[in-house]
Amino acid sequence: MTTATAMYTRPKSLLDMDMFYCAGCGHGIVHRLIAELIDEFDLRSRMIGVAPVGCSVTAYDYLDIDFSESAHGRAPAVATGIKRSRPDCFVLAYQGDGDLASIGMAEIIHAANRGENYTTIFINNTVYAMTGGQMAPTTLDGQRASTCPNGRDPATMGHPIRICEMLDTLQGPSLIARTMIDGPAGVRKTKALLKKAFEAQLDGRGFSLVEVLSPCPVYMRMDPTEAMEHVRKNLSAYYPVKVFREPTE
Amino acid sequence: MPKRVLTAGNEALAEGAIRGGCDCYFGYPITPQNELITYMSVNMPRLGRVFVQAESEVAAINMVYGAAAAGKRAMTSSSSPGISLKQEGISYLAGAELPCLIVNVQRAGPGLGSIEPSQADYWQATRGGGHGGYRVIVLAPCNAQEMHDFPGLAFDLADKYRIPAMILADGQLGQMMEPVALSQTTPQPPPKPWALTGANGREHNIVRSYLPRAGLLEVHNKHLLAKYAEIEKHEVRHETLEMDGAKIMLVAYGTSARLAGGAVGLARKEGVAAGMLRPQTLWPFPTGAIRSQLEQVAAVLVVELSSGQMCEDVRLAVEGRRPVHFLGRVGGGVPTVADILEKIREVSAAL
Repeated sequence: MTTATAMYTRPKSLLDMDMFYCAGCGHGIVHRLIAELIDEFDLRSRMIGVAPVGCSVTAYDYLDIDFSESAHGRAPAVATGIKRSRPDCFVLAYQGDGDLASIGMAEIIHAANRGENYTTIFINNTVYAMTGGQMAPTTLDGQRASTCPNGRDPATMGHPIRICEMLDTLQGPSLIARTMIDGPAGVRKTKALLKKAFEAQLDGRGFSLVEVLSPCPVYMRMDPTEAMEHVRKNLSAYYPVKVFREPTE
Repeated sequence: MPKRVLTAGNEALAEGAIRGGCDCYFGYPITPQNELITYMSVNMPRLGRVFVQAESEVAAINMVYGAAAAGKRAMTSSSSPGISLKQEGISYLAGAELPCLIVNVQRAGPGLGSIEPSQADYWQATRGGGHGGYRVIVLAPCNAQEMHDFPGLAFDLADKYRIPAMILADGQLGQMMEPVALSQTTPQPPPKPWALTGANGREHNIVRSYLPRAGLLEVHNKHLLAKYAEIEKHEVRHETLEMDGAKIMLVAYGTSARLAGGAVGLARKEGVAAGMLRPQTLWPFPTGAIRSQLEQVAAVLVVELSSGQMCEDVRLAVEGRRPVHFLGRVGGGVPTVADILEKIREVSAAL
């Protein structure tokens, strides 16, 4: 006779809701990792999340913590306002690539430069997904999107922007890292990096950002397996997965 | 007895905000309100409160949004072009029902315009200014004392109704030095059970204006409209000058009211029965107060540093029952007391 033991259950901080994300989307995976970390660090009673404009605007429907929406691109400013006024709270901003690297470029650079002591999770899936798959600042050269139907042409549209490399020129940030959701190993590595970023804030080290290369099968025009493959092969070829800096002892 | 100091309007306002319980200030440099941000940069940190010079007007208003969402008394200040940049954020604040204070020390426009005083942002202030249809409470000080007293009042009203409040001043009020009795009140912000503090032993709070499910947004907007109706009922403020027996009623606010008030005094000396009604709240507008004078007055004269923006609200109040005359200057021009007196004589002669 054997006794069944639950080895893997829903994190307490992940609400029992059907997520509206598409099949194979990276958001649901990263939400779960956040929920696990909220539970592991016991942060619910002092945590405030900032949701962006984009697919993850309703992250507060899934994560059982205090949450604020922010205007498009302004999550770093909203997070600054929250963290400065409640320094004892743990503040997490969650942004996509259109939000952070295009309309909100000024806010993220200056929040990073001030070394604001909050944590950013930056989901880079190379498209504006919520609005229907338009070209993002991170769309790869040649990649097709609804506003570059013949593929991104760097001659007129510029090359994709590498955010971690750009922020790594500043003195303010304590942790900058890029990871990817390309399968179980990538998910585990992502969680380990998110944990380091959480610790950076908890230790008062200042601004931390983890960029997550993430699949969007619908607008990558692939099935979920191919999209993860695409993240591993093509996204990480242009956006190297690495730790740019982390707090030193 | 409260301490009296000689101070410029911008600094009087900054000190008034501090005494009114401002926890957090976020701003960006722009003339003619730079004394305000400078005063805050010195005094907020000294008091252990939050001061951040933001990278832009847009960032500043969104920092206000964050601090207001966290339940703190937060403010920003700017001048006309900067206030235009903040409008998206103000719409979000209104939609999410976040109390805060926004100060507009107006300069002349459109565009980069000039740093001379102006009242040409009246429409922007009183009609919401951003997208989506909303209101903010708009207070119009007319001297350094009101510049000092209105921030505390604005914070109280903003907290009471969970609505952004704006102080609409101008470059002249910001720069002019006058004696001010410093506020001695102790701010008493109400409890904010909706604020983001960390979900300690309660359900999680969400600050939002995104209501995508069918019907929810209309319900929310109707709730906002009901709140606006309450504010219109209870929070109208105005002052009258020489209205006993007045046949000509001037309506003016802020800097214009100081000039118009001077002209009213001179007209009375000439035996012309002029008086003045000065709105202290531009929204809610003193429609009823203006209407209640119409039995007595034969004509109305509106004086503004604009092409006649408040004049439209006065005409809506008067409903065509009396002639409404207008005297204004645009693009930073300021009428003299003599200009206004001449206009009063003209209106009087036509009665």
